[in-house]
Amino acid sequence: MSASQSVKKIIEINPYMLGTMAGGAADCQFWHRNLGVKCRLHELANKRRISVTGASKLLANILYSYRGMGLSVGTMIAGWDEKGPGLYYVDSEGGRLKGTRFSVGSGSPYAYGVLDSGYRYDMSVEEAAELARRAIYHATFRDGASGGVASVYHVGPNGWTKLSGDDVGELHYKYYPVEAEVVEQEMAELPVT
Amino acid sequence: MESVFGLVGKDFAIVAADSSAVHSILVHKTNEDKIMLLDSHKLMGASGETGDRAQFTEYIQKNVALYQFRNGIPLTTAAAANFTRGELATALRKNPYMVNIIMAGHDKDVGPSLYFIDYIASLHKLDKAAFGYGSYFALSMMDRHYRKDMTVEEAIDLVDKVIMEIRSRLVVAPPNFVIKIVDKDGAREYAWRESIKDAPVPAV
Repeated sequence: MSASQSVKKIIEINPYMLGTMAGGAADCQFWHRNLGVKCRLHELANKRRISVTGASKLLANILYSYRGMGLSVGTMIAGWDEKGPGLYYVDSEGGRLKGTRFSVGSGSPYAYGVLDSGYRYDMSVEEAAELARRAIYHATFRDGASGGVASVYHVGPNGWTKLSGDDVGELHYKYYPVEAEVVEQEMAELPVT
Repeated sequence: MESVFGLVGKDFAIVAADSSAVHSILVHKTNEDKIMLLDSHKLMGASGETGDRAQFTEYIQKNVALYQFRNGIPLTTAAAANFTRGELATALRKNPYMVNIIMAGHDKDVGPSLYFIDYIASLHKLDKAAFGYGSYFALSMMDRHYRKDMTVEEAIDLVDKVIMEIRSRLVVAPPNFVIKIVDKDGAREYAWRESIKDAPVPAV
């Protein structure tokens, strides 16, 4: 985001489902909010929470119906339902993929590199959060269009919680602290005669 | 680029497709299933634009199911193929679906059959067919080695040869493939051919 360094890129659809933002900010915000409304209507009509599969399909179908009209949305829907954790990638071309890890946006190839090399399905929450933070940091380091704050959320059986929100600049010095340089030669001042 | 190919054997038909989901230079997924089971005895392998592929094939699948609900009997493979072509043709001049389809099925009276349906709604009943860059290798190899009334082992052997060739000769070759078969006992997944395995997920 070049306009602002403090944009919220993780959208809280409801207490147990999150959406990420990549592409057009307005499109993402609007359609995630709209998805939240549809999920709530589903709950009211069916007396049970909507599954992550269902929610992602609702969004994918909406975006598909607008294909070719210039929407720009690259999002991941993450949540917890009766089948456990669910993660879907949905975009404005109508694509919808179920998976265990995704990376979206201009910095996504950089993030994939770090994510793939450190990923195991049976990681602990702390390990996973640190891996995610690292992946965002490294993507931001190399990608000019990425920056700002690295937010990490955890989605569990009781919903999501925000784990951290670190400024990426500060993360840089935490991972790569400045070391005192060994001075090889110092300029000496000539004594004044 | 996505590869889909298929062939007809003695009493069965096989469809194979690559399983990578790609966006520009990124591979989002290497185990995406692009061959849909239309009903108990029909397979539809599709390649094309992301959204169109999934949405259009599901639309066809649901309409095939609807016909069976309404009429009490399933569509024949020929009827399903012609219906699909009709839908592509209707949308073609306004809002075309960029999907290429290989439909295979088994009917009691006719036996196995395979239909080639491309994105501009041309339909051909064939013994072997292929789409995508992989077709450059698949078609000639199938032309060379295909015989009528092959057994399942012989057909799978040919499919594996084609997959090997695509993997070794195509510059941005998909590493993984899925193979599905349809015969008198129904349509089902036959095998995966994976040279890149995603991080292992424990079985639920």
